[in-house]
Amino acid sequence: MTEETERRNHTLVVTVENKAGVLARVASLFARRAFNIKSLAVAPIDDEDLSRITIVVDGASAPLEQVVNQLNKLINVVHIQDLQPGHAVERELMLVTVTVEPDHRDDIVEKLDRAGGKVMSVGIDAMMLSLVGTPDHIDVFEEFLRPYGILDLQRTGRVALANLDEPID
Amino acid sequence: MKLDGGQALIRSLELEGVEVMFGLPGGAILPVYDPIIDSSIRHILVRHEQGAGHMAEGYAHATGRPGVAMVTSGPAATNIVTPLCDAYLDSVPMVVITGQVPTGAIGTDAFQECDTTGMTSGITKHNFLVTDAQDIPRTIKEAFHIATTGRPGPVLVDIPKDIVDPDNPNSAMEWSDNVEMDLPGYHPDTSVEPAAIQAAVALMQAAERPVLYVGGGILKARAAEALRELAELTGFHVVTTLMARGAFPDSHELCLGMPGMHGNFTAVTAMQESDLLIALGSRFDDRITGRLDGFAVDAKIIHVDIDPAELGKVRRPDVAIQGDCRVAIEAMVELLRVQGVGESDRQAWRSRISGWQERFPLTYDPSVPGEALKPQFVIEKLRDATPDDTIVASGVGQHQMWASQYWKFDHPYTWINSGGLGTMGFSIPAAIGAKVGCPDKTVWAIDGDGCFQMTAQELVTATVENIPIKVALLNNSYLGMVRQWQDMFYDERHSEVFLSKDVPDYKGWAEAMGCFALRVDDPDEVENAIAQANEVNDRPVVIDFRTEAREKVYPMVAAGTTNSDLLVHPSQEDQPR
Repeated sequence: MTEETERRNHTLVVTVENKAGVLARVASLFARRAFNIKSLAVAPIDDEDLSRITIVVDGASAPLEQVVNQLNKLINVVHIQDLQPGHAVERELMLVTVTVEPDHRDDIVEKLDRAGGKVMSVGIDAMMLSLVGTPDHIDVFEEFLRPYGILDLQRTGRVALANLDEPID
Repeated sequence: MKLDGGQALIRSLELEGVEVMFGLPGGAILPVYDPIIDSSIRHILVRHEQGAGHMAEGYAHATGRPGVAMVTSGPAATNIVTPLCDAYLDSVPMVVITGQVPTGAIGTDAFQECDTTGMTSGITKHNFLVTDAQDIPRTIKEAFHIATTGRPGPVLVDIPKDIVDPDNPNSAMEWSDNVEMDLPGYHPDTSVEPAAIQAAVALMQAAERPVLYVGGGILKARAAEALRELAELTGFHVVTTLMARGAFPDSHELCLGMPGMHGNFTAVTAMQESDLLIALGSRFDDRITGRLDGFAVDAKIIHVDIDPAELGKVRRPDVAIQGDCRVAIEAMVELLRVQGVGESDRQAWRSRISGWQERFPLTYDPSVPGEALKPQFVIEKLRDATPDDTIVASGVGQHQMWASQYWKFDHPYTWINSGGLGTMGFSIPAAIGAKVGCPDKTVWAIDGDGCFQMTAQELVTATVENIPIKVALLNNSYLGMVRQWQDMFYDERHSEVFLSKDVPDYKGWAEAMGCFALRVDDPDEVENAIAQANEVNDRPVVIDFRTEAREKVYPMVAAGTTNSDLLVHPSQEDQPR
């Protein structure tokens, strides 16, 4: 991801009521207003009545203010936090299965160790790895693995919380 | 107290003050129709579910109270999608109750099952699928609260059969008179920022060419009186959009009438040349702005809207005021009284406006005896022969534009039409709903023949339920507005716009539906026919006015052009602008 697209993308942390159909409402709002979603992660939070949707919005598809205002009109949306780029902790998890000739195995494991990743499963000529990191960090590692041959890959989409020194809005 | 879900639903509606509902029963909603027999609520049995929805809208437009419609699942729910979308685009408070297959059958493609909440989530302010009978009273309370507060809109409540069927244990519930709403994400804010009001007032004081650009939000906010005070205090001219006709009296010297694609020259041009547009409950719709990059390029913008998402959606305002229009206008008036309306010289602007009014009045070539009627002439005659608080409901197309142009609206809530969605067939059911809500007022539907054929069957409802509306059918045998576009932009190649000269026989059809009906071909017969119609109050009336098909709506801003390129009536083309 280039620096410019990263700047255009915005991370919205949307707290919603934990009810059936709420994710569909959010997703269909994006579709019908022609806003683009780059990444989406959803899970309940500590308050079981609430759930949190972390959405990375393509800021070029619509003014962010319009996206926030339209989201706010959804009755099930309780709170929206706009995390400014560089002012939040952002993490993503990648699971990836990569083809590995035995003589390259050490190479990969060493790199993975340094990146803070783990080997999850080992086959005859393949390994499954997991890595948690910033989206950029994951991008870089994914590119490193690509020449070996990626058999399967799943990323979670990013989750984020504001830095502790950020004013709470 | 133990109740079943169906009883709880009807009781909840009674508690919301519902006096009338429009609907049609069927399988899934059947259990709720039984307690209606014992309810104080008047139920009006429609002939098609779309009619129920538009009636509820007409009722809401005329009374300001939420309209209520109830229909069954599946095809009934799909039939009411159009009114829901119509109400969504025009911010009409409405609560629609739909039946649904039993909870256990949801997702199995059961008979008359459709995903009603999924289908309507994008065209309702909110919707609910209730799965527990105990939740019915709270959900109904929430539905009315959401429909009527903030920016009003339609709310749908989908009710599976098992939770209202007394023979099913799932319908058992314990009634309580005290239910609390649980809407953690809904906090409509009507207050306004004093700093924003001050900034707006400063712009108003400095403006030399100000225009109050008034939309439907003024009516929703019950702000017509406040608006009049603001206009008279400042001496600023007012344009009333299609959704706001009647919010400011057409007879007032400061009223310029309707702007937009078929607005009158002065309203369109005053906005276009203005240096300050004060947008009050209006949303810079494409039918108002014409080509956006050429719209009112010198104007600063004050935008007042209760919906923050409207502020900056289309045109970036210089001062954005989120809040209730009435509260905002009253705050402006208060400040302007203290601070004065500014020293700007607006005399030159006023004379430009009166010059436009003199050179470019609305006009048409008069009806010639022996030839087809001019639709504008019919509307003028009707206007002059009815009480000035007559409610007019229109369909969509040329007749709608002429009605808005040629009627004189001097009272709020007397003009009901489908503005945002442009729903053909709106007028007859909407007029019925309005008449139910305001039985003491005269209600005329002004309709076209294309529209009439879409919803005319509701005249049977009107006859049977004793709702004596009157219908002025401007019958030119064409889908007139489409024909106008084909005349102007498709080299007069008429594709699929001719309906029929003789079929149906509207007079015969109307009589078959229990109406008093007349057919008028000659200009000399118009007044007499209207007089006869005005005498009939025990059943609906339909007058089939045979009108000239070549007539076009002028002025017109052609699609893709700016408001400066307004096309005027041919007789005005040589006038200096």
